[in-house]
This record gives sequence, C-alpha cells and structure tokens, in this order.
Amino acid sequence: MTQTSKTQNLPTPNNHPRITIFSDWCKSCGICVAFCPKEVLAMTADHEVLVKAPEKCIACHMCELRCPDFAINVEEHATGPDSQKGELQ
Amino acid sequence: MNKKSSYQLMQGNEAAAEGALAAGVSFFAGYPITPSTEIAEILADRLPANGGKFIQMEDEIGSIAAIIGASIGGCKALTATSGPGFSLMQENLGFACLAEIPLVIVNVMRGGPSTGMPTSPSQGDVMQARWGTHGDHPIIVLTPSSVEEAFHYTVKAVNFAEKYRNPVIVLMDEVIGHMRARVSLPPESMVERVNRVQPNMPPEWYLPYERSATGVAPMASFGDGYRYHVTGLVHDAKGFPTANPNESRDNIRGLFTKIERGFRELCIVDYEQMDDAEHAIVAYGCMVLSARSALEQLRSSGRKVGLIKLGTLWPFPRFALEHYLPQLKTILVPELNMGQIYREVLRVNAGKAVIEKLNRVNGTIITPNEIVKTVKGMTR
Amino acid sequence: MISNSQLVNKYFRHNKKFPHIWCPGCGIGTILGNMLRAIDALALDKNDIAFVSGIGCTGRAPVYVDFNTLHTTHGRALPFATGLKLARPELKVLVATGDGDATAIGGNHLIHACRRNIDITTIIFNNYIYGMTGGQYSPTTPHGDKASTCKLGNIERPFNISQLVEAAGATFVGRTTSYHTLQLQNIIKKAILHKGFSVVEVITHCPTTYGRINKKGNAVDMLKWQKEVAIDKSRADKMEPKELEGKIVTGILIEKQLPEFCEQYDNIIEAAQNLKNSKPGGSK
Ligand SMILES: Cc1ncc(C[n+]2csc(CCOP(=O)(O)OP(=O)(O)O)c2C)c(N)n1
Ligand code: SF4
Ligand code: SF4
Ligand code: SF4
Repeated sequence: MTQTSKTQNLPTPNNHPRITIFSDWCKSCGICVAFCPKEVLAMTADHEVLVKAPEKCIACHMCELRCPDFAINVEEHATGPDSQKGELQ
Repeated sequence: MNKKSSYQLMQGNEAAAEGALAAGVSFFAGYPITPSTEIAEILADRLPANGGKFIQMEDEIGSIAAIIGASIGGCKALTATSGPGFSLMQENLGFACLAEIPLVIVNVMRGGPSTGMPTSPSQGDVMQARWGTHGDHPIIVLTPSSVEEAFHYTVKAVNFAEKYRNPVIVLMDEVIGHMRARVSLPPESMVERVNRVQPNMPPEWYLPYERSATGVAPMASFGDGYRYHVTGLVHDAKGFPTANPNESRDNIRGLFTKIERGFRELCIVDYEQMDDAEHAIVAYGCMVLSARSALEQLRSSGRKVGLIKLGTLWPFPRFALEHYLPQLKTILVPELNMGQIYREVLRVNAGKAVIEKLNRVNGTIITPNEIVKTVKGMTR
Repeated sequence: MISNSQLVNKYFRHNKKFPHIWCPGCGIGTILGNMLRAIDALALDKNDIAFVSGIGCTGRAPVYVDFNTLHTTHGRALPFATGLKLARPELKVLVATGDGDATAIGGNHLIHACRRNIDITTIIFNNYIYGMTGGQYSPTTPHGDKASTCKLGNIERPFNISQLVEAAGATFVGRTTSYHTLQLQNIIKKAILHKGFSVVEVITHCPTTYGRINKKGNAVDMLKWQKEVAIDKSRADKMEPKELEGKIVTGILIEKQLPEFCEQYDNIIEAAQNLKNSKPGGSK
C-alpha cells in the first residue's frame, strides 16, 4: 500500500464534514463528482478531484461508497487537528 | 494380536480405501467411474462412521477442487478416479502442485484413450501422471503390485503428501484394483501417520511458502488465525502473486528442490534375485505378477534373471537401474501400454545394456509365458 | 458506517500494492468495498472468513483483503469453497465470481451448489462480458450486443442469473447493482446471515471492454443506466410484465429455509456412528 498519499488538507470548519482525497489512489473516474447530490466535488482540467464546496456537504457518503478505488474519505465530525485518526497510517 | 482374524480377503480397491482410513484421511470427494468406484462406495460408508466426510461431486473437476479446499481446511484429503476422470482433474492438479496442497489421487487405470476400455486393465496413464497438467511441476507417483501394497502405498501416499505438501498419485491398474487376495493388514496403531507441519510462529511472521531447511514450509489451515493467501499464480514466499523473475524462479525451482531433497525416501524399489543377475525385468503393477512367475521358470532353466520392481514411478528411481547396469546384459520392460517406462529405462541406460520392450494395449495382460519367451529370445 | 480510510486500515493487506489493478471506474472495487462494509456491520472476525474466487478481473479481489483468501482456477471457486466449508463448517465462506466464471465454465458447479444448499455466499459480479481476456461475449451478454468475438452482434440468448439460480434451488437470491450501494450492503449482509446457499447477483460495469465496444459511455454513464433500469421488487410486484420490459428487478428475490448441507451431513455422521456402535464387533 502506498503510505504517502498526498492529501488535500482543506480548511474545513469544525461543523462541516471533512473530505479527503487520496490522490495516489484516485483514478479520476469521476464517479464521486457525478453523483454527489450537492455538487460538492468537481473535476479539474488536470483530472484531479477538487473539493469545491465542502460547506455544502451533507455527509451522505455516496461518494465514498461508490468510489471504486477507496480514494475518497468523508468524516462527519471533524474536530480540528486531531481528526487524523481515520487516515492511512 | 490374533493372527487368524488379521487375515482378510479383499480387493485392491478395498485395500486402498482401508489404507486411506488408516493414514487418517478424513475427507473424500469423488465422482463414480469404473474401475475405481468401490473406493468411493467404501469411503462413503466408512468416513462418516469415523467422523470424516464424503461428498459426491458433480464431476471430477469439482472433486479435486473440493479435496484441495478441504486440505486447505486442514483435512487429509483423497479422491479416486480412472482415466477420463483423471484427465478432467489435470488443471486443478497443477493448482495443487503450485499452491503446495497435500492431497492424494488414486487412479485405477483403464484402457484408453478416451472412454477406451472401461473394464480392461491398462498402464496407459504413466506419462499423464507425470506430465498431465501443464507447466513444469513436481509429482510423486506410487504404483502398487499387490493388494497388500495397495494398502501400504496409499498410506505412504498420504504421508508423502503431508510431508512434502505435494499431490501424490497412486497409480493402480485394474488387475490390482479388482484382484482379491488374502491380506494381513496391520492394526491402525501400527500404521505410521505423518501430519503436515503446522506453523507455530505468530501470524505476522508466518511465510506460507518459505523454503525451510527441508524445503517445505509449514502449512496453516484456514481458520487457524494465519489469514494467508493461496493462489494458482506464481507467488512469493508470502503467497502473493509476483512477476519478479527472481521470485518466480525461486517459486518454481523450490517445488523441484523439495522433491529432490526427498528423492531417496520417495523412491520405493524392490529387487528380486538381482545379486547375480545378468538380465533384468523392470516391472510395476500387475506386470510384476507375470514377471515373477516368469522369473521362476527362467531361473529353473538356468538363466540369471532378476526383477527390479518399481513401487515409485515418479520421481523415476534411476539409481535402481544405475546400480545394476554394470552387471546387466539385457533388460526387458513389459508394460500394458506402448512403452512409457521403457523410454525412461532407455534414458537411464544410455546405451549400456540391450533393452527391449514388451507391450500390450488390447485389454489383456502379458502372460508369464510371453515374458519367458521374450527373455529367452534376448538371452540366446 | 465505517469510513473508507478505516476500511482500508482494518481490512486491506498493507503489503499489497495500491491502487489496485482494476481499470478507472470499474465496478469491482465498489462491490468489494460494500462487501467489506457488510462484513464490518456484522462484526465478523477476520479469522472466521474465507474469501474464495475464480479467475477473471473479479477473481483478483481476495488478494487485497486480510481474510483467509483462496484464488482458485477459472470457474472452480465453488467446488473449492464446498470442500473448505465441509472441512471447516465454522468458517463464513464467501465466493467472488464473474459472470463467465460463474455461469460459463463454472455453470455446472453453480447449479449443483444451489441444489446442495451448502452454506456459502456467492457474489456474482455480472458485467455482461469477459473483462480479463479483453471483452469476449459471456453467457450474460445481451442478445444483439457486441463483444470482441461477436462484433456483428451476439446471436446467443443470455442467462438471467437470478432466475437460473432460483430454478437450480438457491434458497437465497438477491440482485442489485453497483450503483445501489446501500442495497448492495444490505443484501450481502442478509445473504451472509442466511443459512444455506445464497447468491447475490450484482449488475456492474466494465467500461473498458463492454462499455467501449457497445458505446455505453464511461463508468458514470454506465452507472446512470444501472440507476435507470433497476426497479425494486416491492414496486415491480405491482407492475404488469409489459411495464417491466427492459427493467432489472432488484432486492431480495428469494428467501426460504431448507435443510443446509453441512448440518445434514452432521446427522449422517451421527447415524453412521450409531450404526457402527450397534453392530456386533463394529468398533473397528
Ligand atoms: C481454463 C481456463 N480457460 C480460459 C481462461 C482464460 N480466462 C481468464 S479470465 C476469463 C474470463 C473472465 O470473465 P468473467 O468470469 O466474466 O470475469 P471478469 O474478468 O469479467 O471479471 C477467461 C476466459 C482461463 N484462465 N482458464
Ligand atoms: S470516485 Fe474515487 S477514483 Fe473516481 S474520481 Fe472520485 S475519488 Fe477518484
Ligand atoms: S458525502 Fe455526499 S454530499 Fe458530501 S461530498 Fe460525498 S456525495 Fe457529496
Ligand atoms: S477490464 Fe473491465 S472488468 Fe476488468 S478491471 Fe477493467 S473495467 Fe474492470
């Protein structure tokens, strides 16, 4: 397993779900972007998933459940810098 | 021990089934086929009575698959079949060779190819047993020449399978399988039982395909906490598929190394009247019976003839021949096929003695008289 | 529900190379992930799970996950699993198999496993094609569709896998798609809990072969199609056959209790032992 996944550490306010993309694993299939009910995600011209509107995220986890590559993570109760627990260690 | 009651009248197939039970086989999967069916029928009765399990699968491909699965679950597992069924098993036999799964196949040979002669004796599967599955692979093939040996060789087959983590084939011919003889079988407590080595290290340290000093890695059973991977792809010591040339080489060569290390133990050969022999008959299976009585006639007519009886066909016990070659003028190889072990004998002989074959593929056996005649012709 | 990163930490083999081998957008990873979520929800011990597969893109699933994993030969996962289950009835045995693996080369084993009602959960990844070998038609390729070995259109009629296994006697049959991930988790959970042979048919997509040659678009387009054609059994039951044309009914299609094979075999053992002990001199 790649241990050094680059993560997009986004400045998510405490009351918003924290969305993490493991870029090394992402194959840019666009599934998470296409089926997000709130248009939180977008695909850049470089085929990278961008968390465009984290504040709109309702933590439905559909992106996570459909991602074929286990490359996107949504954490509901981000509580500042300690919220690293679920990440790849 | 009460001598009288220890003698029983039984068939070779029955003796093989008894051997399986005595060796601790607890799982059988099979599909009915003449002339091996009795083994399945006996084990269908006897296994559950001993707490073991029997299943009749939908075909022989499923049968060998099921015994591989059961072996991975920790059972000593065996199947029995004949030519057409043995052909169907070949792909998964290769799986078991590469994944190093202990199992035993009893193949009671019948006339082939194809449906051939279902009820007639043949020894046509010698080369298929060696090379039937694709790719380079090691195999152990034992061949009993009597009802009693059907018992003992099946026990040995199970023990070798466990010790070497390799499939073992018991190649019987129809004559031995269906022959009835009075045999004396040892009580179960006297039968040697070999169990595969189980890992004793913590699961994180376990390498299911590491070549230990013996060339054989311990084998964990699924469910015992070792959570490893078994695959038919070429793999590394952890069991994971690899395309690395060095790891691939180690995998395939390692399969051969373990058999080479055990070569002497694996080769069962018996010699009869070979000490002063100038002529030898190399025989196995039912041909030993004809050869033996031919031997008596030939000896009484003053010819120095001996018998090399092969109990192991693969790996081929070449030292058995090499030892006697300096004293031998001729060698006869009678077989119920077109000359399968004959070629192996030729190869080992390397031009030193005169070698002849005597073959039969019409569903009948070669008689002692025919052997006598041929040897007389050769020794004139 | 367990997050992706927790899933990876808990169930993946950390010495395996990621990203995995499947193509971008391929549904196999999605099905695997939701299978793991179902297992997690049931709080099963990893040591008690055996995950068995055949050959094909689908067959590559077990190597990634930290269970007792067995990658067998093409079409033969079920008989391997049958032997294993009989040897270790306490194991939860799951089988991952492709449509070709399960219904072409392994079709005979599939129907007999159904008939036997052995307690194994079989997940059939139905992508309508042979993915691994580059897109040849399979027993489920729809009539008229294209594949690399039927470029002018398939003239064979496809199997309906769920109907096939129902007719063969499976005591649990569920069907869903790789779009309907929550339903997928739910059905797999129930299938694992079901005592007997359970089949979960998952309609999925192979964008690389089937999608491309049939101009079905990319993975996203193919998922949209799954969303459109799927209709839940509760709704479908109230509809006319005509309205259901071109639809795929999803949900738990069959669920019934019949004697399970391993349990019945335990009875055989008991009966055989009683017989042996009752026979004079039958202690042998
Ligand atoms: C005996 C045998 N025949 C053929 C093959 C080649 N082969 C490998 S995978 C495959 C088809 C896989 O298709 P499917 O089962 O639908 O799985 P998918 O790859 O689509 O997941 C074939 C024909 C093989 N490995 N073994
Ligand atoms: S679904 Fe997964 S692999 Fe596909 S683009 Fe999104 S994060 Fe990347
Ligand atoms: S959790 Fe739901 S709302 Fe949030 S990004 Fe994922 S799909 Fe969109
Ligand atoms: S070929 Fe098809 S089935 Fe195989 S990994 Fe690619 S998309 Fe998936």
